[in-house]
Amino acid sequence: MSSPEPVQGLGQSIHRPLSGIEVKLEANRCLYCFDAPCMHACPTHIDVASFIAKIASGNVKGSAQTIMDANPMGASCARVCPTEELCEGACVYNAAGDSPIRIGDLQRYSIDYVAERDIQLFEPGADSGKRVAVVGGGPAGLSAARDLRRYGHAVTIFEAKRWLGGLNTYGIVPFRLDVDTALWEAEQVVRMGVDVRSNVQVGDDIELDELVRDYDAVIVAVGMGNVPKLGIEGENLEGVWDALDFIERAKIGGTIPDLGERVAVIGAGNTAIDALTCAKRLSIARGREARVVCYYRRGAEQMTAYQFEYDFAKEEGIEFRFFCAPRRIIGQNLHVSGVEFVKTELRDGRLHEIAGSEFIERADTVIRAIGQRRLIETFEELGIRHNDGVVEVDASLRTSRAGVWAAGDCIFEKGTREAMVVEVAEQGKVAARSINAFLTNCHPEKSKDPELVEGLH
Amino acid sequence: MANLESNLAGIKSPNPFWLASAPPTNSGYQVMRAFEAGWGGAVWKTLGTPIVNVTSRFAALDYKQNKMIAMNNIELITDRPLEDNLREIAECKKAFPDRTIIASLMEVCEQKAWHELVKRVQEVDIDGFELNFGCPHGMSERGMGSAVGQHPDLIAQVAEWTKEVARVPVIVKLTPNITDIRFGARGAAQGGADAISLINTINSLMGVDLESWNPIPHVDGKSSHGGYCGPAVKPIALNMVNECARDPQVNIPISGIGGVETWKDAVEFLLLGASNVQVCTAVMHHGFRIVEEMVDGLNNYLDERGIAGVQELVGAAKDRITTWENLNLNYKIIARIDQSKCIHCNKCYIACEDAAHQCIDRIANNGSSTLIVDEQECVGCNLCQMVCPVEDCIEMIQVDTGLPAQSWKQRAAAP
Repeated sequence: MSSPEPVQGLGQSIHRPLSGIEVKLEANRCLYCFDAPCMHACPTHIDVASFIAKIASGNVKGSAQTIMDANPMGASCARVCPTEELCEGACVYNAAGDSPIRIGDLQRYSIDYVAERDIQLFEPGADSGKRVAVVGGGPAGLSAARDLRRYGHAVTIFEAKRWLGGLNTYGIVPFRLDVDTALWEAEQVVRMGVDVRSNVQVGDDIELDELVRDYDAVIVAVGMGNVPKLGIEGENLEGVWDALDFIERAKIGGTIPDLGERVAVIGAGNTAIDALTCAKRLSIARGREARVVCYYRRGAEQMTAYQFEYDFAKEEGIEFRFFCAPRRIIGQNLHVSGVEFVKTELRDGRLHEIAGSEFIERADTVIRAIGQRRLIETFEELGIRHNDGVVEVDASLRTSRAGVWAAGDCIFEKGTREAMVVEVAEQGKVAARSINAFLTNCHPEKSKDPELVEGLH
Repeated sequence: MANLESNLAGIKSPNPFWLASAPPTNSGYQVMRAFEAGWGGAVWKTLGTPIVNVTSRFAALDYKQNKMIAMNNIELITDRPLEDNLREIAECKKAFPDRTIIASLMEVCEQKAWHELVKRVQEVDIDGFELNFGCPHGMSERGMGSAVGQHPDLIAQVAEWTKEVARVPVIVKLTPNITDIRFGARGAAQGGADAISLINTINSLMGVDLESWNPIPHVDGKSSHGGYCGPAVKPIALNMVNECARDPQVNIPISGIGGVETWKDAVEFLLLGASNVQVCTAVMHHGFRIVEEMVDGLNNYLDERGIAGVQELVGAAKDRITTWENLNLNYKIIARIDQSKCIHCNKCYIACEDAAHQCIDRIANNGSSTLIVDEQECVGCNLCQMVCPVEDCIEMIQVDTGLPAQSWKQRAAAP
């Protein structure tokens, strides 16, 4: 793969790498707990105590192997995992009133070490003669592909976009996860001997039926779609953006016209935070700092962005307006010029608009970040059962269609599965394990009526 | 303010902290700085026939994030002319008359040579001699240092020669590179030495560089064993000091050396039988200034316990050390875990399970686990408490066995 040219000027990465002395102090501060809670808190169950002990003893390659063995997306997770909620939140030092071990930063140190030295960590398994198609080259698909290659199965990834990595490459702002890291991580999977067909849209360029016919197993890891429309007047005006499209252009190429003096972002999830901070930094890079405001119809308590993301946005100078819902987008000469909001309130746990409370905010750019569209039509076309766009799977991630598994954001369901890189990396592993069991045991009956269960665990 | 004055065989110092004969006492410039910082005394870098040194000379043992928990060296005695050293000793003594200066000496095993060296050195105002029978590297190959210290009869002989002409007290510095430290100490006493000092450094190889396979430190790719010292040797030194302190055939005062870095270390040496302490590695690590913390800490400790002076500590706990056969078999302690302090690292569990007596139970409790000591099975070995990272989380509690004290000796003798 040649490399894309990232858009410059979005400023320093949020996390700097640890210095040599920090690594030494932190790796040696670790208690190496037995049956450590950080390991249990990690969705991929990285043996954290072991990887840190390996850093401390100077076996950094072994450390990276421990990490990447459990988590094929260990490089991106070292940067984007909400460690406060996971491993670091579980660190026993919290209970002792001390700061937790900087597990994410240490993980990054080990992965950077092998990346800088171009050390290949894993080898493919002996050829099984079986072939698996992976639809979607994002974190879930890559994770599955990596493990399938280790099992010895031939793997072809069908990727709709040009580059592998999914949201890691396209959808996470570069100051949280840079393109190089996302592509390096994908490259480690490709190096295992994976056949990659990029710019191929399954359903358009190739039919799922063909894949089911030509491959011994198929994994659907297509993620979710773009940001849905708000369903209000004025959405087609110039200057109204889909947050993911906006971030993609800022990160990996494409033009973004002048943002103007005021940017309004609708929504308050993690992608909204990315869009807000990205717009802010972009405007600064262009020499005219915009006023960037987040509008959310509920309150700070209800926002889905992590607390540390919210804190980060505030540090970056983002303003927040809670309890206001967009009514219509106002334009002038076909370009957005403002948004009309109505105030809202929560009564008995339900959201109500307050009549007569409409107000207009000036905006030169409007970015909608209200979640991602479900790929309902795709699943209908593929003929796999779904629930409002959430693909139904059993505990081993088999779909309703024989020979087809699913993993990643396309099975994400609020309250059941998290849409985190680390979570979908685990799903990739689970799917690969399940497919391997299926292929090596040579089950004659392809799953006809899989028992559908709620969760993975 | 407690009285910090120490007295080693009549050699009085304003505090019990002396610099050991080593690189920090190599010159008048350094000793002046040390006295300005507050050191009670200094044992000058060993005088003798000047030698030639090699580079490099030192190496450290680091443990995890901690630098220099021990070091070793292959440096020899002074490489400066005797007249320079004597002139600087005189200058230091003149500038700081209340401080102690001890001249460390090393010479070939000939009566005439020792007589000449002693006489020449005591022409300047010194408070005592220390005979270096401890240096384990280089000089020992030439029949000096620990080569003498490993032969009690030679120790006695040289001590005797020295005493024949010395006008100030003579301290014999002992090497730990022997089977039983008491034999050398007895030799010193027989030879008429006024005191002993111990321990000198321990034979050691600090390591091998894993890239080049050069020894650490190396001199052009090769090395020889060095002398090991620093905090990691303290337990060895404490034992040897105490063995000498309890030996009726030794019965002369002791200057304690080996891993002293804080006032606490010093108190331990004093309690186990030393009259003062000598320090080197801690100064090589942190500089002379540490003596202020040592003096202050010792003073506060004495004041808080209502102890009038340092000399009350000397040997106050030495007879708490005995032989194993005298220990009470019916004394029992068990571990108790304070659940409110436990952070669930499970270090105690796995230590007990894999390396002790399998007497901590892990009981699943809401996604976490509660650790409970099986008090019937616990042998009170301390391991769980030792590995616990939380202060006061695991306590060793005495339990009444209802049995009278009985030692192995008594049990074996019982009908």
